[in-house]
Amino acid sequence: MPITHETIDDTAHVGIDGELTIYTVAELAGALLSQMGAAPRLELDLSQVTEMDGAGLQLLAVIQREAGVAGTALSVTGQSQAVMQALQLCRSAAL
Amino acid sequence: MSINLDQALQTFIVEARELLQAMEQSLLQLESDPGDQDAIGAIFRAAHTIKGSAGLFGLASIVGFTHIVEDVLDRLRDGSVAVDAALIALLLKCGDHMLELIDVVASRGETPTPATLERGETLREALSDYQPLRTATADVVPAAVHDDTGADVLWHISLRFGVDVFRNGMDPLSFLRYLDTLGQMVQVTTLTDSIPALEHWDPESCYLGFEIDLRSTASHATLNEVFDFVRDDCDVRIRAVDETPESSVAIGSDLIAQVEPGLAPASPQRQPANSEAKTRDGSYVRVNADKLDELINLVGELVIASAGASLLARSCNNDPLQEATSTVSGLVEEILDGALHLRMIPIGDTFNRFRRVVRDVSQELGKDIELIISGAETELDKTVVEKIGDPLMHLLRNAMDHGIESADARRAAGKSSKGHLSLNAYHDSGSIVIEIADDGAGLNRDRILEKAQERGLVASGAVLTDQEVYNLIFEAGFSTAEAVTNLSGRGVGMDVVKRNITLLRGTVDLDSRPGQGTVVRIRLPLTLAIINGFLVGIDQSTYVIPLDMVQECVELDERQRQSSRDQGYLDLRGEVLPLVDLRDHFSHEGPAARRQNVVVVRYAEHKAGLVVDDLHGEFQTVIKPLGKLFGALRGISGSTILGSGAVALILDVPALLNQIVQLEARTAQAPQSPPLVAR
Repeated sequence: MPITHETIDDTAHVGIDGELTIYTVAELAGALLSQMGAAPRLELDLSQVTEMDGAGLQLLAVIQREAGVAGTALSVTGQSQAVMQALQLCRSAAL
Repeated sequence: MSINLDQALQTFIVEARELLQAMEQSLLQLESDPGDQDAIGAIFRAAHTIKGSAGLFGLASIVGFTHIVEDVLDRLRDGSVAVDAALIALLLKCGDHMLELIDVVASRGETPTPATLERGETLREALSDYQPLRTATADVVPAAVHDDTGADVLWHISLRFGVDVFRNGMDPLSFLRYLDTLGQMVQVTTLTDSIPALEHWDPESCYLGFEIDLRSTASHATLNEVFDFVRDDCDVRIRAVDETPESSVAIGSDLIAQVEPGLAPASPQRQPANSEAKTRDGSYVRVNADKLDELINLVGELVIASAGASLLARSCNNDPLQEATSTVSGLVEEILDGALHLRMIPIGDTFNRFRRVVRDVSQELGKDIELIISGAETELDKTVVEKIGDPLMHLLRNAMDHGIESADARRAAGKSSKGHLSLNAYHDSGSIVIEIADDGAGLNRDRILEKAQERGLVASGAVLTDQEVYNLIFEAGFSTAEAVTNLSGRGVGMDVVKRNITLLRGTVDLDSRPGQGTVVRIRLPLTLAIINGFLVGIDQSTYVIPLDMVQECVELDERQRQSSRDQGYLDLRGEVLPLVDLRDHFSHEGPAARRQNVVVVRYAEHKAGLVVDDLHGEFQTVIKPLGKLFGALRGISGSTILGSGAVALILDVPALLNQIVQLEARTAQAPQSPPLVAR
């Protein structure tokens, strides 16, 4: 799974390259959620996401919730067209 | 992809036709029992399923029309419209129209003819009488196309997706996307509170819910349809929002409690339809008829090959080998039976089709006729079933038109004013018998005889039995309409009926009692491909007699031989048994064998003895039709290949017996000769 991961100072930068759909969520969830709490700040780069569906949306919601639980400061640094459209559709501008 | 879609469309067409037939059955059932809730449910489900699948293929004309029908059915179901004859007649016509629309799709999507469209319009108008006034205007417009006529309504849609939605290949977002095209989504709230804690969360399960405010002109039903494919997995609630300030405040709070009681049951009620369809899909596999034919052909060859193998084994004097081949042939026989059974379908479906015909024709004629069906579970070969429909239809129409008298005439004759028509099927000595009986006036024997003599079909002064006279109406050239008024056809004579049945290797005969009615009996072979044969030998040649027709075998001793040769019949335990000497019949030269045997065969009510040299026993026979060159051969119905590779001819017993019967008819005029046919 094309997922880039680097930690600079106290910020974990995570980039997802490819689909954010039912086909990839299981893997992504495993990779992302295990990172949770490792660094005080998490930057999520979604600019390379090619496709996103309801399962992807759910994953983002879970990441957001878990970040809150773990006290990690979550920020999304980039959104691809696909992500923007999906979020716009369900008016979840919160991320 | 396009090929797959095409296949899916074919499946849709086949299924829609079946559903329409089921719908018709249920409508007729409803007509006889107006309180039957099951029938109403079945009709509704049929219409609903057709609409749903048609929507999948974007067949707007079908969806639009079916939607209106479904609307009326829905009202029928909740009791706001009562069942009456007019409504049933209308719904039957709607079914016909839907079939017409589906046929248009089947014939490669040409647009419906203006006449079809006009009929659709008329039906729509008629249906609108049964719709509530308010929705009548909004719903008459096909629902699949946007209902622009309706006013803007603010709908509140509450969705709770089930955990398996993702796994079932559906994406909740696509529903939102579709809703977005139906109107303006004013507000969307994504609900994620039901996502469980991390350790219990499966990223591939769906825990999403949405609260959507949609401003749209679409009707409730149209919105409801959007979720047809996910209904099993999703809790959908749709309601119109009353746009007064107080209630819009309430939207945010507990939605489920606010759902209008009238709309809530819609989803649970539709689920049974889905589950029923699923169980049905589970128990049947659709197989292409060609594949089945190929299989049966192969099994036929297998039978021949296995017969050859066991013949060889027998000549080897090798016991284990013989044992092995006999096990194989036992299994082959079972496979054969199984393969043939695959092609066997109950005749009930064909019979049930006639309910509608009887209903329509009897109304057309102004007669009250009831159709009684029995033996619907009797099975016969698919090809036979397909081809017997038309002849049966003609016979039924004839019986209704000319057999059963008008109500007045019936009362005058002291019968109940309701006419009865019965269709019955049963198995009898390797064939299936279909009886069409009416309790009408019966045939006019004198008129038929008179007409036949006029036409030169019967010599004047000939003495014929009643049955022979009645069967004259199957003769070609026995022109119907002007000939015998109480048995005229509708453009198709009885001779065509007879010819069609003969082509199926069947026979038809008729019995009638004046004032009591007429029975037409059709006798058909169960299958066209393979028969159980009985092998007999004359000189070096082998003949096959269909085993089902063989009753017994008798040795012909010297004394009997002399007398039977002179008289042409045999005294079989006091019964007169006419004999056919096959050696003479097929012009075998050379002296008769030292010992001769008689095979007693029976077909319908005729019995005769066939004189042969040797009896070889049973043999599974794959019928190979004779070439056109031999079409004129009488007494032979086909050929087969024996295990040894030799060709054996299959005797056409019905034709042979028929010859004797004719012979009897001729000789019966000469008073000195005894009757030849034992009945």
